[in-house]
Amino acid sequence: MTVSPDLDRSFRDAAVTLGLVDVGFDVVDTPLGDLLVAASSHGLAAISFDPDPGEQLDHLARIGGPRVLRSARAVDDARRELDEYFAGRRRVFDLPLDLRALPPFTVSVLRELARVPYGETTTYGGLAARIGRPRAARAIGTVMNRNRIPIVLPCHRVVGSSGDLVGYAGGLHRKVRLLELEGAL
Amino acid sequence: MLTDPPPETLTTMMQAVRIPPFERFYVEHRSEVLRLLRHRLGVDAAEDAFQETFLRALKAYDRLEHGDHLRAWVLTIAQNVALDALRRRRPQAELVEPTAEVERPAYEQIAHLTDGLPPKERAAVVLRYGYDLDYEQIATALGSSPDAARQASSTGVRRIRRRIS
Repeated sequence: MTVSPDLDRSFRDAAVTLGLVDVGFDVVDTPLGDLLVAASSHGLAAISFDPDPGEQLDHLARIGGPRVLRSARAVDDARRELDEYFAGRRRVFDLPLDLRALPPFTVSVLRELARVPYGETTTYGGLAARIGRPRAARAIGTVMNRNRIPIVLPCHRVVGSSGDLVGYAGGLHRKVRLLELEGAL
Repeated sequence: MLTDPPPETLTTMMQAVRIPPFERFYVEHRSEVLRLLRHRLGVDAAEDAFQETFLRALKAYDRLEHGDHLRAWVLTIAQNVALDALRRRRPQAELVEPTAEVERPAYEQIAHLTDGLPPKERAAVVLRYGYDLDYEQIATALGSSPDAARQASSTGVRRIRRRIS
């Protein structure tokens, strides 16, 4: 017996509105392709370039708890800000971030990363110096590679010391697109 | 650099291993729940009851101790939501015992003991002794108070004792 789309949506919206969901997620259409976007009551929790929910559910449950549910309403704010960003109308994201499950070093790196301005780039070594750990460039690279909220936490703005783009967990072509959008390339 | 995550994060991670993400549970069982509710309540009333069933499940879900027998658990909740709806609809009417197929208790070990108990008592006994939920969790799942859940469970157990003694 098929559950109608209306009934399905009605339950999902009610669950989010009543605050019963640990992590809500949905697939958001962007110029970079479909993104899976997830948010908890603490804020934006994840953005994935792999939009297949089946691959992401366990990961999302480890971030925020077992009550993981797909819901358009859960990511309304994130969808709006991402739309504005890709349309060139937003340079700074105002979304609160859920960094609860991350170790302190990672959090300190990501907070510094968040300060790299729109349209500018920095290097792994530069970021290491800014958190007072000048020899931690390699560890910074690992944090960038595992950044679970790309785009909003702008790891695409971190490049190699020679100016090479180096790499991007979402694929180098996406890093190029983001830097082009921001006028940094 | 690796640092231990905070304790509450570890709890969340361990729970994520024990019970499946709700989305997977919901997608797996929603059709069967709707079928049961339509059978019991008709097409229109089933829609409200469907939503109520999964909202009750969601309220209790993060306090489940394990992910075993989730199908029986959610069908028990659906059965109770249907009973509540029927009571509101026909407060004086004698309620029909549900079919064995949808009313089977969670644990096979206690199935032969709980069969034949009134639905509320059976649900309370199954959730208490089959799932090891506390009375507050049971109350959430059944849409009643913790005291009422405790009462239903102990009445059910007394009934079983009388029957097997």
